[in-house]
This record gives sequence, structure tokens and C-alpha cells, in this order.
Amino acid sequence: MTAIRLSQGAAASRILGIGSTQPERVVTNDELSTIMDTDDQWIRERVGIRERRFGGTEDTVVSMAVEAGSKAIAASGLTPSDVDTVIVANCTTTVPIPNAAAQVADLIGIKAAGGFDLNAACAGFCYALASASDMVRAGSATRVLVIGSEKLTDVVDPVDRSTAIIFADGAGAAVVGPSDEPGIGPVAWGTAGDLAETITMPNGRHIYQEGQAVFRWATTKIAPIALRALELAGLQPSDVDILVPHQANLRIVEAIAKKLRQKGAREDMVVADDIVTSGNTSSASIPMAMDHMRAAGRIHSGDVALLVGFGAGLSYAGQVVICP
Amino acid sequence: MANAKPTEEEILAGLAEIVEEVAGVESDEVTADKSFVDDLDIDSLSMVEIAVQAEDRFEVKIPDAELANLKTVGDAVNYVAKNV
Repeated sequence: MTAIRLSQGAAASRILGIGSTQPERVVTNDELSTIMDTDDQWIRERVGIRERRFGGTEDTVVSMAVEAGSKAIAASGLTPSDVDTVIVANCTTTVPIPNAAAQVADLIGIKAAGGFDLNAACAGFCYALASASDMVRAGSATRVLVIGSEKLTDVVDPVDRSTAIIFADGAGAAVVGPSDEPGIGPVAWGTAGDLAETITMPNGRHIYQEGQAVFRWATTKIAPIALRALELAGLQPSDVDILVPHQANLRIVEAIAKKLRQKGAREDMVVADDIVTSGNTSSASIPMAMDHMRAAGRIHSGDVALLVGFGAGLSYAGQVVICP
Repeated sequence: MANAKPTEEEILAGLAEIVEEVAGVESDEVTADKSFVDDLDIDSLSMVEIAVQAEDRFEVKIPDAELANLKTVGDAVNYVAKNV
């Protein structure tokens, strides 16, 4: 009888290195208040953002993914030829064909890599990270470059004060490779398609979200997902050194942190607040926050980080990782 | 609160505690005649947080669509009293 031979994977996986990039142009709340009815205090109170970065025409999902991805490879002590698979999580390429991953791999110098785009909106990075981890463990890839890259300004009405103050551009990336000890925990993921209508693009061009409905969902349903990810990894809330929720809104981030502390997370747990200076960059926000915190000395190698992404779909995913 | 229906006074006192925790407004400022937005300076997201906590505390459903109708603290007390 003919038997199919299966590939052999690594015992475990881990993040080897991370990198990120942002466009140069800083956009303050004061600048936004000159083109729409809003002001600095209103924005800070509602979403916690002080400034964000907007890309120019030269900044694209592909170009930012290439820069963040190249930095992550370098931070891992690797060269592009060491990577064999590329996943680009994104939801803001303005046309679906061609995908970003193949171009990104080529531009970075990864020859004939396996590659695909993944759309789980703001949860995209955590979905891609889980997929990469499982590929390494199953043997379908050796080292996977996982990128979240978004140009939200291409899909936001620039004078809609309910969205234009929140969303911004940027990319973050991580290289996932083999490990003797587990460095990426099991994923807790899922969807809530019954709430699909709460974040949509009704005119096919611009994002619309039902702010109160999404806020209610995020502040009540996401902390339990984060706790589930901990449980799957066999850890306790008190084990978490760094909490990195998707940077949707500082009030949502704080609500998730508060719920985790009520369940035993430590008061000295570091909570990512990158939204303050980066805005909401969808699938890029989690790896970018990690990279900024690493650069600022707030994350150290070996720290236990709890990641949880959530967004349109609605979709969500969370996992525990050991910081590289 | 699960067994006995709360009185309007109990609902008001409970709401005042929630408003103080969510928005930092002194609980004795939270009286039935006060407007959440105009008098207590509570924004739409804080209203959601108040609604979520009130739902847990009084075992009542307060959908987002209903929130816009709850202009004053008294409106909220009446809504909870009717729907609990």
C-alpha cells in the first residue's frame, strides 16, 4: 500500500527577533483639529492618542512590510536566505491582487519563499503568529517571517472624526523559528460573525465602526480570551510580565489590564500603551508595540508576554510568547 | 439583588457607585435630575462601561440602542426599575 511520508517539525517554536517601522510624518491632534471638528483634549480622553504617523504615497503595505521584516530578520541574527516562508497580515491593501507576501519576500531577498496574506483585521498578527508557530512545529516551514503591515490612511475618510483620529500607518514583524523549549504558547482564537456589521466598509472605500458596540465587545469579551490563552499555556495571570493587547483605544487596553489584575495579574505587569504615540495600526500594532517597548528597555529577553488581538470580523486571537 | 426587586432608591445608590468608579464623579453628585452628558460630563464610552456594570449588578439588559435614550440619571433608574 502506498504511504505518504509526513514532514518532521521542530519540538517547539519561538520568536527569534522583532522589528518595526513607521512613516516619518508625525500627525498631532492639533493638526487634525485644523481639518475637522475635534480637539486634543477630546481625542486624548476618548482614545488616548497624542500623535500618530501617516504615510505618504511612497509608503505602502508592501514597502513598510519589507522594512519591518528586514529589521526583524537582522534582529534575529539571520539573513533573508534563512527564512523560507512569509506571512503578511493586513486588511488595507486597496486591491486584492497581487497579494503582498510574494512581493515582500522578493524585495527582502527571500527567494521563492512560501508566502500568503492573512486577513483577520486587527487580530491578524496573532493569527499569523499562531500559523507560523504551527508550521514550524509541523515541519512545513523552518523559519517564518510574520508581518503585520497596514496603511489605514488609504481606507479612512480623512475628515471623518470618528475614525480619522484613531487609525494610522506602520508595520511590525517577527521571525518564528525552531526551539528546544516552547516560546510560543497555544492560540486562543475565534470569531463573532454575528457582530460583523459593527466594523465595515459600507461605501467600499472607508472604514466605519459602531463605536459603542465595539467598545462594549472589546471591554467585556477580550480579557476572557487572554485568560484562556494563559490557561492553554498552563500559566497563571501572575506569570505575565508584559501585556500587549491590540492598540485599539487606550481605554480598551486599560479595561483589559484591569480585568486581568482582578484575576491575579501583577500590579507591576507592564502594559503596552504604544497607541499614545502610534495610533491604531491594526495588525501592525502588537509587534510594533513590542519593538518600541524593547527599544525603550521596557521588555527584556525572557519576559513572558501575553498578546491579544481583536478587530473586524469580528475576530480575536491571543497567545503567550517568550520575548526574544 | 438576584431575588428581591431593588427599589428605586437602591438602584440610584447602585448607579451612583458605578458612576463614581467609572467616571470619578462623587457619588452624592449623582442625583436623578442630573444629565449624564451635560451635568456629569460622562462621554459615550463611559456610558457603555456604566451600562455593562449596571447589567451585572442589576441583572438587566441595557442595549447600546437604549443608551441614547438614557439622558438623565433618573431615566436610567426608571429603565432599570422597569426592566429588572
